[in-house]
Amino acid sequence: MGAYSSGPAGRDRVGSDPGRGALGVEDLPPVAVDDDVLDAESRRWTPARIAVWAVVALLGGTAWVVLAVVRGETVNAIWFVFAAVCSYLIAYRFYSRYIEKHLLRPDDRRATPAEYKADGKDYVPTDRRVLYGHHFAAIAGAGPLVGPVLAAQMGYLPGTLWIIVGVIFAGAVQDYLVLFFSMRRGGRSLGQMARDELGVIGGTAALIATLVIMIIIVAILALVVVNALAESPWGVFSVSMTIPIAIFMGCYLRFWRPGKVTEVSVVGFALLLAAIIGGGAIADTTWGADVFTLDKVALAWGIVVYGFIAAVLPVWLLLAPRDYLSTFMKIGTIVMLAVAIVLVRPVISVPAVSEYASTGQGPVVAGPLFPFLFVTIACGALSGFHALIASGTTPKLVEKERQTRFIGYGGMLMESFVAIMALVAALSIDRGIYFAMNSSAAATGGTIEGAAAFVNGLGLAGVDVTPGLLEQTARDVGEESIVSRTGGAPTLSVGLATIMAQLVGGRGLMSFWYHFAIMFEALFILTAVDAGTRVARFMLQDSLGNVLPRFRDTSWRPGAWLTTAIMVAAWGAVLLMGVTDPLGGINTLFPLFGIANQLLAAIALAVCLAIVAKRGLFRYLWVVALPLGFAAVVTITASFLKIFSDVPAIGYFAQNRAFTAARDAGETSFGTAATPEAMDAVIRNTLIQGVLSVVFVTLSIVVIAAAVAATWRAYRSRASATSEDDPVPSRIYAPAGLVATPAEKQLEERWSAVPQDRRPVRSGH
Amino acid sequence: MAAVAGPGGHLGAVLDAARRGARETRRVWRGVVGEDAYERYRDHVQAQRARGAADHPLLTEREFWRDRTDRQDVNPQGRCC
Repeated sequence: MGAYSSGPAGRDRVGSDPGRGALGVEDLPPVAVDDDVLDAESRRWTPARIAVWAVVALLGGTAWVVLAVVRGETVNAIWFVFAAVCSYLIAYRFYSRYIEKHLLRPDDRRATPAEYKADGKDYVPTDRRVLYGHHFAAIAGAGPLVGPVLAAQMGYLPGTLWIIVGVIFAGAVQDYLVLFFSMRRGGRSLGQMARDELGVIGGTAALIATLVIMIIIVAILALVVVNALAESPWGVFSVSMTIPIAIFMGCYLRFWRPGKVTEVSVVGFALLLAAIIGGGAIADTTWGADVFTLDKVALAWGIVVYGFIAAVLPVWLLLAPRDYLSTFMKIGTIVMLAVAIVLVRPVISVPAVSEYASTGQGPVVAGPLFPFLFVTIACGALSGFHALIASGTTPKLVEKERQTRFIGYGGMLMESFVAIMALVAALSIDRGIYFAMNSSAAATGGTIEGAAAFVNGLGLAGVDVTPGLLEQTARDVGEESIVSRTGGAPTLSVGLATIMAQLVGGRGLMSFWYHFAIMFEALFILTAVDAGTRVARFMLQDSLGNVLPRFRDTSWRPGAWLTTAIMVAAWGAVLLMGVTDPLGGINTLFPLFGIANQLLAAIALAVCLAIVAKRGLFRYLWVVALPLGFAAVVTITASFLKIFSDVPAIGYFAQNRAFTAARDAGETSFGTAATPEAMDAVIRNTLIQGVLSVVFVTLSIVVIAAAVAATWRAYRSRASATSEDDPVPSRIYAPAGLVATPAEKQLEERWSAVPQDRRPVRSGH
Repeated sequence: MAAVAGPGGHLGAVLDAARRGARETRRVWRGVVGEDAYERYRDHVQAQRARGAADHPLLTEREFWRDRTDRQDVNPQGRCC
């Protein structure tokens, strides 16, 4: 594992005529379309092709002009869709192909791990369209639905620009590179690659950083769920019903009809809908409201207990069936949202850039556009967490090397599109309602009168919200109140309910759509919490195993339970800190989530930088250096502001000093903290958050420095070395992109003419 | 793969294309949700046997699915945010 073999970079080509490779596969068609043929194909600009791309470019350009230059009172949401889709198409066609051709140079004559390690279980050559769906379901979750909502306070343009430009030059590049490099290394994980490329110090820092980052990410995702479900008996009932539904599905698959995934998902989905509809009826009864109305602290404890139990239960009982349900919901609702936005085309009256972009005093998340926009929106533009997926399951399933562009780069483009749709949904609701929902209870007092007074007092042009409107909206979506429902999920749900109600069912169905949206966000997040706890536990067990070998044995119950408890306690502590925070929770903690996620991205890109340098491709190093530099500058600046800023709303230690000074002066209330206990809580929380920021930024600087050093060494010595697995000749063929090119189709037909029994196995076709 | 009805417009050809499209959609869907895992495993084992690789026991469908989730217990997969 990880052994280095040195040699000329050119060595990574396999045989000259792979059809009759060393294995003696006689008379089979070639396993790759010739590079020259592919090149000629992509350069052949027929009039039809020119016309299509001209239309794409014109439409995209027009959309960007409408969004960025024209300053009307309102803008139609359809322009966001056009701007995004056209930009993605152009980036995919031109930039990702540039990366493929110059930086990665995939070789379809080499077998992928799925082929040469094929075991029918973990390593299975998988149809590219199927794997695209798999990979997308694994990377997309609640993240792209939440960040853009919070960033909408800065106006629509900054978020839109960052999501689209960010994904093209950073997020999709990271996913593509990590997937490709992991695939060339037999599906090795990011942590292992970091150790191989960056040495012991860089590798260890990367491992610890990954672990801490996972804890933070799980905690803040859980905080989003708590904020969405607190004081909402309807939501609590329907979301808690997902547990018995998943257990039922698990038993169904285990004991009655193994493998009938679609069947059980349809049944589960029907039960889920029943739980949503039933939740409305139960929340209306007095006993229902009594039993299922929970405050934030009780809910947070509920999730902590749930998280522990879910992570030690066998996978088949809860995690696997809920994962099926979650995939089902994910694909269904995203398609539904896209269709609804295109059909309804909501009109958006939010300004392009609001005053909060420059003042940094936005009530939703504190801090000016640079750098805080770029950490508020992480998933959808650049998400480091994806590096863990792209170096986990997916590389073990890729059938042909050239397919990584479609799956890695293309998969991330789709997630970015989800983020754009979430942004549109959040922008389509009344701005007054938006701020009433997303300002912390410390600011609004949690009442409709307080919220109206606070929002109207912000002095935003065109914003005028009445207590009556807030009450009416709450009643429409079937909630007691919508004031200070921070965290993004409730806002997105109101937006989605408003859009969907215009399409199906009108006002009467708004409460259903609202709880439907809350349900699927909660489902994604609970799956992420559960899976994240398990992954973190295994990482901890692995690390502890270096000192206490007993912990290596993952089936050793006490060890498994102890490490799970440690992980749950770690994220649970951050979660409880968030829900009891007198300053509001989301507005102080969410930046940490984004910083953590982007730091992971910086680590992943740093590993990629070292790998590219060791391949000797210095001319194209900028493709990696550009997003790495940006992510590093953004996260390090954001962390430094969080650590050193004198503005209490931004700097954790500044806040800490302000409250300490007030306490020492003998005051019993300060700012939004009304009691001495609350003041103590702020002092404690800000200290922890500040220390976490210091830990993050230190670890990341170590990793990035190690990568730059490795790059510099490679540049100085000019010797190329590779940690890739030795090339094995491939014996199967499949096209690379969504649609096969003429040359690919021709070769595919030659393969299908080969009698079945003489064909090397390509299962699942 | 992506079935396109010919310009001839014969009903049979259109129906044929529709059927092919439906089959293809079903195949991709089953793959995405993971329903075809057993078939792929069975194909793999049968190919191994055909090639004469020694001792490849074939799990039954029930055994395979149990084994699959049980292996996930010790080999967790991340789900993203």
